[in-house]
Amino acid sequence: MNSRVVNILVPVISIIIGLIVGAIVMLVSGYDPVQGYIALWEGIFGDSYSIGNTIRQITPYILAGLAVAFAFRTGLFNIGVEGQLLMGWLAAAWVGYAVDLPRIIHLPLALLAAAAAGAFWAFLVGFLKARFNVHEVISSIMLNYTALYVMNAIIKQITDGGYKTETVAETATLRWQWLRDITDNSSLHLGIIVALLMVLLMWFILEKTTRGYELKSVGFNHHASEYAGMSVKKNIILAMTISGVFAGLAGAMEALGTYQNASIKAAMSGIGFDGIAVALLGANTPLGVVFGASLFGSLKYGALNMPNAAGIPEEIVSIIIALIIFFVASGYIIRVVLEKMGKKKEAK
Amino acid sequence: MKKRKFGLLISTVVAAGAILAACGSDDDKDTSNNDTASDKGKEEAGGDFSLAMVTDVGGVDDKSFNQSAWEGIQEWGAENGLKKGEGGFDYLQSASDADYNSNLNNLIRRDFDLVFGVGYMMDDAISEIASENPDKMISIIDSTVDAPNVASILFKEQEGAFLAGVVAASMSESGKIGFVGGAEIPVIERFHAGFIEGAKAVNPDIEIQVKYTGVFDKPEQGKITANAMYSSGVDIIFHAAGATGNGVFSEAKERKAKNPDSNIWVIGVDADQYEEGRVDDKNNITLTSMLKGVGTAVKDVADRAKAGDFPGGETLVYGLAEDGVGLADSRGAIPEDVLKTVEDYKAKIASGEIKVSEKPAK
Repeated sequence: MNSRVVNILVPVISIIIGLIVGAIVMLVSGYDPVQGYIALWEGIFGDSYSIGNTIRQITPYILAGLAVAFAFRTGLFNIGVEGQLLMGWLAAAWVGYAVDLPRIIHLPLALLAAAAAGAFWAFLVGFLKARFNVHEVISSIMLNYTALYVMNAIIKQITDGGYKTETVAETATLRWQWLRDITDNSSLHLGIIVALLMVLLMWFILEKTTRGYELKSVGFNHHASEYAGMSVKKNIILAMTISGVFAGLAGAMEALGTYQNASIKAAMSGIGFDGIAVALLGANTPLGVVFGASLFGSLKYGALNMPNAAGIPEEIVSIIIALIIFFVASGYIIRVVLEKMGKKKEAK
Repeated sequence: MKKRKFGLLISTVVAAGAILAACGSDDDKDTSNNDTASDKGKEEAGGDFSLAMVTDVGGVDDKSFNQSAWEGIQEWGAENGLKKGEGGFDYLQSASDADYNSNLNNLIRRDFDLVFGVGYMMDDAISEIASENPDKMISIIDSTVDAPNVASILFKEQEGAFLAGVVAASMSESGKIGFVGGAEIPVIERFHAGFIEGAKAVNPDIEIQVKYTGVFDKPEQGKITANAMYSSGVDIIFHAAGATGNGVFSEAKERKAKNPDSNIWVIGVDADQYEEGRVDDKNNITLTSMLKGVGTAVKDVADRAKAGDFPGGETLVYGLAEDGVGLADSRGAIPEDVLKTVEDYKAKIASGEIKVSEKPAK
């Protein structure tokens, strides 16, 4: 078996194993797996409404995945994407309703504000790491909580005790009526274009620029990079900041696209943490992140239809979805098995 | 080396299977309930009036708000000979606020005649969906949506909470009582304001500790808060915190179990939470519960909608006078004389003689 076949087979087989184990769970708990999976499929691709909402769900996952992947490529574990995302969410929502500008300036400004807020939140982490050698995992986890409560406090402050900001202005929204019309009033918005542009941007930075080469090099071996004359500290700060830009934009997708406001959160949104899995599924490459996000987003959105159309309780659905992702993520095991089988054949 | 990895794979799968089998058995009892749902499509709508609801993040078994709405729907369905599922009644749960829109839309697409959104957080989703589906009847609980096809249901929580405050202040031995709220939002502030005014009405010197946990779905936070309050001498806690309040109950039950003579009570919220307070055969720490007639309101709106008199565009307010709020049977925990005081205040509030504030004084 050559390596290309293995590369294609691994994800396919892992998804199939995930589906089979999920089916066993449904059988054991007394539900019809065929109906369950039909409901899942319909929930993702069933009609234009589902497709629209699935793409909407994928959008922030792409950006959160890029944020984590970018940091990983430079040897940093940005577990603070969640906090950076929340700051971006808040900034975008605020600029979205508080200023009055023509659309051509307003929307980009709101996106920029989100990017800047996310970048600032991540810059803090990068700075602490570069200057004081504070481990980025600790500082970014702590900043997640800080972000959550700062966001809640600010929303309370600017809305006079309310729990959500005003709806963003027509000039700042990512929603576009035409997109909603062709998808039967789903909440699909223009954010997917922003997300795909960022995929290109990340690829470009990493593969086509000197700076990107330096960033990757620091990721591979920062001692060697330093010896080669690169500034490790500068690169750490820069890498975190760019990672934060992606995370902040993920927040803007929610603020300007899905929700059209920012509201007080009882807990983290979870998108940032799922972004870690998305990045790992995508092997930290820009294109891989798109696939990882598509899988995550589709399953997450499609799962809503399982209680709706097949009467399977939410708890069972969560187990099934987690299992599918579990098996996809443990593709290494399957790769080992496949290679072993390949070798046996060769021996014959 | 490789053999070992293959063994690992097998053992992982087996272990997963064993764990999952255990999970499955827990849900067996639900299976029968859900059969009708999975048989969907076999039954025709048949001209019957059908209704459904979307829960907020608390879930349908939150032992309070969502649950009472769902029980109201089930009762109404039983009275009208409906079955769970297509063309009858059903619910969908929301795991996060991102799900409201899709869940509401899914129910509308399944052609339920009347769809309820339970919880103030659904207002944006409902106003959007109402304008996209002007011919559908939708109802929101605890918030107002201004649309001709939406009936908004509100409650005067402050009036029921006032009575809870009267009971707590009359029954407290330590002179210290507590209030545990979920998020600091208008609905919960009404509970808060009413409770304080009721307590001060019978005992102006009473000490009232107030704590908002900020969340409705974290029992562990309710437990910590209750622990702090009881430890500082509070003997009666009124909670308005959904599933977070379940932690208040577990803390009170632990204390009561350790020391059966202690004067420890919880006042429940939304539904009759008597069962929640059961310590053993002799002891129960639920003093009473402030009932919020979500189920009654749901049935009311359903009746009117079925009769062709759907109150679209209106805001229905249920208070003491309308029997929309009140106190649950205390099963002997509250002595006669206190109950009499409660009745007095109830009459005064219902007649409008006492007006209860909607916002706590700062």
